Amino acid sequence: MIQLKINGINHSFDGDPEMPLLWYLRDELHLTGTKFGCGMALCGACTVHDKGRAIRACITPMSAAAGKEITTIEGLSQHGLHPVQKAWIELNVPQCGYCQSGQIMQAASLLSSKPKVTDEDIDQAMSGNICRCGCFNRIRSAIKAAAKGSHA
Amino acid sequence: MSAIENVSRRGFMKGMVSAGALVLSVRFLPEALWAEGLPKNTNVDRAVLNPSVYLGINTDGTVFIIAHRSEMGTGIRTSLPLVLADELEADWKRVKLEQAIGDERYGDQNTDGSHSIRSFFDVMLQAGASARTMLTQAAAQKWGVPPAECVADFHTIAHHATGRKLGYGELAAEASKLPVPKKEDLQFKPRSAWRYIGKGTSSYDLTELCTGKSQYGMDVRRDGMVYASIEHPPVVGGKVKTYDDKDALQVKGVSQTVTIDTFTPPWGFQPLGGVAVIANNTWSAFQGRKKLNISWDDGPNASYDSVEFKKELQETARKPGKVVREEGNVDNVFAGAGKTMEAEYYLPHLAHATMEPLVATAEFKDGKVTVWAPTQNPQAVQETVGKVLGIAKEDVICNVTMLGGGFGRKSKPDYVAEAAILSKKVGKPVKVVWSREDDMKFDFYHSVSAMYMKAAVDANGKPTAWLQRSVFPPIGSMNDINTEYGGEVGMGWTDIPYNIPNLRVENGRARAHVRIGWLRAVANIYHAFAVQTFTDELAAASGRDHLEYLLDVIGDPRIVSYKDMQNVPGYPIDTARLRRVTEMAAEKAGWGKRKMGKGTGLGIAAHRSFLSYVASVVEVEVNDKGEIRIPRVDTVVDAGTVVNPELVRLQFEGAAVFGTSIALSGEITAAKGRIVQSNFHNYEVARMNKAPLKTNVYLVDSTAPPAGVGEPGVPPFIPALCNAVFAATGKRVRELPLSKTKLA
Repeated sequence: MIQLKINGINHSFDGDPEMPLLWYLRDELHLTGTKFGCGMALCGACTVHDKGRAIRACITPMSAAAGKEITTIEGLSQHGLHPVQKAWIELNVPQCGYCQSGQIMQAASLLSSKPKVTDEDIDQAMSGNICRCGCFNRIRSAIKAAAKGSHA
Repeated sequence: MSAIENVSRRGFMKGMVSAGALVLSVRFLPEALWAEGLPKNTNVDRAVLNPSVYLGINTDGTVFIIAHRSEMGTGIRTSLPLVLADELEADWKRVKLEQAIGDERYGDQNTDGSHSIRSFFDVMLQAGASARTMLTQAAAQKWGVPPAECVADFHTIAHHATGRKLGYGELAAEASKLPVPKKEDLQFKPRSAWRYIGKGTSSYDLTELCTGKSQYGMDVRRDGMVYASIEHPPVVGGKVKTYDDKDALQVKGVSQTVTIDTFTPPWGFQPLGGVAVIANNTWSAFQGRKKLNISWDDGPNASYDSVEFKKELQETARKPGKVVREEGNVDNVFAGAGKTMEAEYYLPHLAHATMEPLVATAEFKDGKVTVWAPTQNPQAVQETVGKVLGIAKEDVICNVTMLGGGFGRKSKPDYVAEAAILSKKVGKPVKVVWSREDDMKFDFYHSVSAMYMKAAVDANGKPTAWLQRSVFPPIGSMNDINTEYGGEVGMGWTDIPYNIPNLRVENGRARAHVRIGWLRAVANIYHAFAVQTFTDELAAASGRDHLEYLLDVIGDPRIVSYKDMQNVPGYPIDTARLRRVTEMAAEKAGWGKRKMGKGTGLGIAAHRSFLSYVASVVEVEVNDKGEIRIPRVDTVVDAGTVVNPELVRLQFEGAAVFGTSIALSGEITAAKGRIVQSNFHNYEVARMNKAPLKTNVYLVDSTAPPAGVGEPGVPPFIPALCNAVFAATGKRVRELPLSKTKLA
């Protein structure tokens, strides 16, 4: 039996320990905000937090998730919207929106570890997250806006 | 009844036909739609006042508007209802949207070809004006005053003389008893009174999109649902010879396997066939599939090889083809003594690679099926599913979810048909989930293409004769595998707007060996690439500035016409508009005024597609390793009347990224009939560190009728980028992706 915490709630899992966390979240817990995009950690749509640090749920087997404290987009902010989400809304970032949970989780992780970000930081942290609609300019601006907002 | 008759008969349908090959996909609003919709189970139908199938108003003042086009990121779900709300003089904050199921009474629902606003702008205005008129009449009756004295003002009707006012909700019941006004009796708001059109609003779904709450096809769940993953024949048209599922059934969670028959040609929108693994979760279905042991009969397409096919296309492009437009006599000029130039261009297949892989859920029960799918084309879902299950299309209920990208792939419902077939066979709701590998290997690919160009030039380097020949396996192969010529020549090829006295446009023959489909901007991608790159080559050869040269070949402001021209009524090819976007893009980018350092350059290109005029100036930096960075893009758009400027800008920002993916790395190849690429490691797309750093989008202020915005940003961007690479490095790009050209 694998024990783990998701969005502050304890869960136990007795299925295939090789099953990626992504499918446990989506198919079993119905937390569908975390998306399936590639299954190989190439696109970042499945990004969740392990104690605030961005990880790819699609290549994290349940065996490796044991004991972890996972946060998904549904649990990103306990009260209202996270500053990153506010910036996203302010700047009209999304188009189709499918990648945005992953982008937002990745950006929130970046800002929690590096409150002041440069373009290079953003390139480095965000280049694992694909957006086929091409919202990158606005993602970049929104990250900078969120960084400013939370440290004004 | 021909499409043209239909259009002319219904004045309000003006401009509903989309360009070229897409004509076939457009259907017309049934006459019944205008008067009254059939009762269906939507909030609009249930509302107290529902003067059109798109609109209902309740007594609490809530306005329900049907979004009948699919939302894949263009914002159409917001922008089209916004037009209705404006004409209704409604408060957008009191509007609730309801996504339409597939239903003919809404008219065409194929969200494709960048024509949602163009085709339905007037329809939305009429729906809004009808309700406003009825509400006004209801108020007038109540107050015993002439309707002409009553004014609609932001969700209320006012009688200024007596200072009386009633809300839309208060009037809905009375208004519902009145007859729906005739189209010809409607009065519309003047442009100056538009509250939302031209100003726009954020996406209706913005908060949900940013909180993971939007429901995509991937997120659908039904009680008792099982999951399916399908091993498709590796070669299109291939069949299962034998298969062994013993090991697959050992995988925990797997319950059974089911075969799906390979389509009977032509493939159309039918499923590819194969073996489905059914499980109680997606992962188990994926795992079970890996354990299948299948022996395939590959069929006739097993010899398809993209290296060989490229040679075949290029050879065809060097020989005379079918003439699709002819002005003057190019042969006479070429036979003369003047200088000529030739060039060949080649672009590979592309995959759509939407962020959301294909997925669909179906529930078959009592001879009817309900599906939930991220589809661009719910009526095609009804038809295709009806056909494969042998039931009437009316017995297929198609719910349209949010789409995680579309780009044309999700207008083909093969994946939805798979879910329907499986649900019928399994007797439970089934969700079919395609892996990324499935998505890339079983696409309806953007066509590979080869173009041959030849021009004779005068002493100033200006063309006196111009021949262009395009060869590509056509989209029409979907419905007839023997199709060798394509209506795609109507996309940026026969409609070349240049002022050249001797001009010949040709199409060479080619056959398809994989499924070919439309991808954002379709043939405009390769046609604009060839025309706009060749223009740059001619400018460079004559030592002239490319902007000045481009404007010279476009010629004086005029309306382009030629024999057998296919034109959408109300949308002539106006070179004044093409010149204006070109000049503006150059001006915004500081063309000719900026000093470009070593390894940097600016490129320009202009193209009209989907009835919009777009020009881009792209700035590139190429380092000594040959790596490209795009510091800046300036794009100018004349799309006529624009409903939602901010969301339109998003489309053109995105088009620059989409174009970057195509230019830098987009390439699908085939060997032994099998697609080589499988995921984002070998089909690379632009990421944050490759995408343009800054994309400025400028919209021309225009009162012309609305034109397309989802697609037309892509075609000019790519040649502008490649022309910039030439300016920066002196290396001419004649083939994509750019990785084929050594830049260092």
